[in-house]
Amino acid sequence: MNPMELVEREQLRTDLPDFRVGDTIRVHVKIVEGEKERIQPFEGVVIRKKRGGIRSTFTVRKISYGIGVERVFPLHSPRLDRIDVISHGKVRRAKLFYLRGLRGKAARIRGEKKQVA
Amino acid sequence: MKRTLGIIGRKLGMTQVFLEDGSVIPVTVVEAGPCSVVQKKTKENDGYEALQLGFLPKNSKRVKKPLAGHFKKAGTGAFYTLKEFRVEDFGGYEVSQEVKVNLFKPGDIVDVTGLSKGKGFAGVIKRHKFHGSPGSHGTHEYFRHGGSVGSATFPHHTFKGLKMPGQHGNRKVTLQNIKVVDVKEDQNLLLLKGGIPGSPTGWVLIRSATKKKGSAAPSV
Repeated sequence: MNPMELVEREQLRTDLPDFRVGDTIRVHVKIVEGEKERIQPFEGVVIRKKRGGIRSTFTVRKISYGIGVERVFPLHSPRLDRIDVISHGKVRRAKLFYLRGLRGKAARIRGEKKQVA
Repeated sequence: MKRTLGIIGRKLGMTQVFLEDGSVIPVTVVEAGPCSVVQKKTKENDGYEALQLGFLPKNSKRVKKPLAGHFKKAGTGAFYTLKEFRVEDFGGYEVSQEVKVNLFKPGDIVDVTGLSKGKGFAGVIKRHKFHGSPGSHGTHEYFRHGGSVGSATFPHHTFKGLKMPGQHGNRKVTLQNIKVVDVKEDQNLLLLKGGIPGSPTGWVLIRSATKKKGSAAPSV
């Protein structure tokens, strides 16, 4: 095998669930506060998945107190505790940047509800 | 400054590595060794002391006759790359002995020598990071020039070493104090922090740093 792949494959995470652009997910991030470590959830819609082996990232968007907040996570980061897929969304784009210009009812995504894992 | 034995490698490419705390380190992956000692150069014979290493085994049918004799004398088989390391003592190394990547361990500080990517005949902006001239305000056909090269009456000549256009790159470059992030012994791989000179598949020489900073690296 290509030794470059070998180096990357060692670090890839296979324990995370499969999710798609348009899905609503809850990302549990490990956060260090002083000396303590705790887990903070971040819930929102996946608006972008960027592929690239170990360099893959995804962007989650949510509306927090009326302000749009986007967070980019490295997909294979050891700081991600787990990811819950809350619902699947039916979308016709690979990147949902158009959501940034919409608010309220217009920013909804059609989709089916799923049991929270 | 102590001259120690290093290892010959081949640059494979770059990727990144996650640390425990989630921070990301950019790394260059180098296929380093196994190398064989092909010749011991001694003060009596050659005027200096060095170990000549061979890297990447080559079909002996493809070797030119003068070099074939050299390899036959060593009894190691032929190699694509032959490089020398000046050493102060041979450290018990004998001809045909193997040098492996376990010369280094994670956290070591090394110097890396390679052949930089050739940029051809380059102007002063690319070659010496000059700023160039303003794009407007009356500049006429004088955008990427280097400006004046000296004055006339005195000193009446251009100083030596003045930065001018010329060949850029394709030159032996040594980067000092590069951290070894990881060593994969069974695959002969070295993971070095950051970039190193040259293009992928280019040769590199890795030896322990001559101006060691001596900081302990976080292990991966």
